[in-house]
Amino acid sequence: MSGFLKNALGWVDDRFPLTKVWNEHLAEYYAPKNFNWMYYFGSLAMLVLVNQIITGIFLTINYKPDAKLAFDSVEYIMRDVEWGWLIRYMHSTGASAFFVVVYLHMFRGLVYGSFKKPRELVWIFGMIIYVALMAEAFMGYLLPWGQMSYWGAQVIVSLFGAIPYVGEDLALWLRGDYVISDATLNRFFAFHVIAIPLVLVVLVFMHIVALHAVGSNNPEGIEIKKHKDDKGVPLDGIPFHPYYSVKDLVGVAVFLFIFALIIFYMPEMGGYFLEHANFIPADPLKTPEHIAPVWYFTPFYAVLRAVPDKFLGVVAMAGAIIVLFLLPWLDRGVNKSIRYRGPVFKAAIVAFCISFIGLGYFGMQPVTTVGTWFSRFFSFVYFAFFLLMPFYSNIGQDKYVPERVEEK
Amino acid sequence: MSEQVVDKRRRLFLTAAATAVTGVGAAYVAVPFLASMNPSDRAKAAGAPVEADIAKLEPGQLIRVEWRGKPVWILKRTKEILAQLEDMTELLRDPGSNESEQPEACKNVSRSLKPEVFLAVGICTHLGCSPTFRPDVAPEDLGPDWQGGFFCPCHGSRFDLSGRVYASVPAPLNLVVPPHQYLTDTRILIGSEGGQA
Repeated sequence: MSGFLKNALGWVDDRFPLTKVWNEHLAEYYAPKNFNWMYYFGSLAMLVLVNQIITGIFLTINYKPDAKLAFDSVEYIMRDVEWGWLIRYMHSTGASAFFVVVYLHMFRGLVYGSFKKPRELVWIFGMIIYVALMAEAFMGYLLPWGQMSYWGAQVIVSLFGAIPYVGEDLALWLRGDYVISDATLNRFFAFHVIAIPLVLVVLVFMHIVALHAVGSNNPEGIEIKKHKDDKGVPLDGIPFHPYYSVKDLVGVAVFLFIFALIIFYMPEMGGYFLEHANFIPADPLKTPEHIAPVWYFTPFYAVLRAVPDKFLGVVAMAGAIIVLFLLPWLDRGVNKSIRYRGPVFKAAIVAFCISFIGLGYFGMQPVTTVGTWFSRFFSFVYFAFFLLMPFYSNIGQDKYVPERVEEK
Repeated sequence: MSEQVVDKRRRLFLTAAATAVTGVGAAYVAVPFLASMNPSDRAKAAGAPVEADIAKLEPGQLIRVEWRGKPVWILKRTKEILAQLEDMTELLRDPGSNESEQPEACKNVSRSLKPEVFLAVGICTHLGCSPTFRPDVAPEDLGPDWQGGFFCPCHGSRFDLSGRVYASVPAPLNLVVPPHQYLTDTRILIGSEGGQA
């Protein structure tokens, strides 16, 4: 480094801990050397968050949060604004991509036990991010003011109305009107573009601070901090930068390849990313024949529909999310990674994945008797997976778990 | 340094008192912000009654009128439909409309002022979708027991042609019958029951 730059850095370091932060979180943050491809999704989630923020800012430049103008302003962006279609498709595809990488990120945590002691708060912060992300996505979906926007918001806000005593007043307060209207659109816009993004950024910061305090888990579930050299560096750790920063670039390249393919060739994803009914302006007098939320909400929507009672349905749906928060305390398994867990736990993970995807599928379908019974069965498996975990998670675990990351 | 001993209890009390007062202040400051999200005066004033003309309504036909931003259905029912309503009782959750919302004068089997003309707010009492009008008897998708009624596509709730909810569906209550009055034989004022307009 040239003398001038060194001096400049020294000047800054005396006033702001630039080098210290850089070292603590990148150059001297030691991550286990055995990360596999499932460890891409954390950094990819950050990439998508940046994508959403940047494309979002440019969308607000032309979007109008007014019930009379919103739908047309989105079409205006699509047709008349230079490159508007690209920015909008990057944003709408980014929303689905966000949930794809977040679900895979959560799945990674589930199978490798990344939520287990001492990483409970990493998991909790992550779960709060997930809930904030659902709120962000839901409010964003109202903004185009299409039929699905309108009736989706109607259904979700009505969910709060099912809460005894205060529910109806709460729903009224959320809408700011007796029905979903201009008032609702305007406030959802405010929450979507400023309130929740700020919360998300703060939560991501906390998620990473908590992670870097306890250190990353790995596919073996080994605590690398147990074995350190005389300088206090974990023997099985490598500096995040440059090793994982460069590795993550490979993941970014693969991700962007797929992301660009979708943006350019199938931005609506056959109605899964942008639903067909949302290309019709909102009509408060007519619900579309078949309404379903966007794919990332459908597992919980299927749980809601499986219960033939308004209040209990909402309770079950909320419970399906709340139970995820409790995961670190439900799992009594000693070993972290699925590689050293018992056959019962492995089977339970498979059953859980099938039921989650099954719920997602039936949540997209119109209501049928068969679908309802499947949803009930899968909901039962979903809850059993979590609530029975204290009893089965410790059965038949491997006796031997390696102390060190072994080279294969 | 003074010789005085620190009175920890006094310090604790002062800290707690200052925290409590600040908390009360913060709660008061929150009120305007939270209250600003309530329906505005303009939104509250927009609920004026609307008039509907049913002179051209054929038996079996349904029209939609917008009232307070919500769809209001007006359905002209045939003699057959009215006769069949009496037999629905055992399929329904609240056949007598005891827990449901309607003007006192409409708390009967036909849930209307005049049996042949049925008015209801077309919003499902479950989660607020607008059910579809399905007068056809025993269609394939709704099963052989279907006697005609309203079907909510969102979550599968079913209502009969008096807007009464079936048992074992998600919706808890019958469809809401809005306050209304007849100005003449063919003109209905929705949102007002007469007396107080």
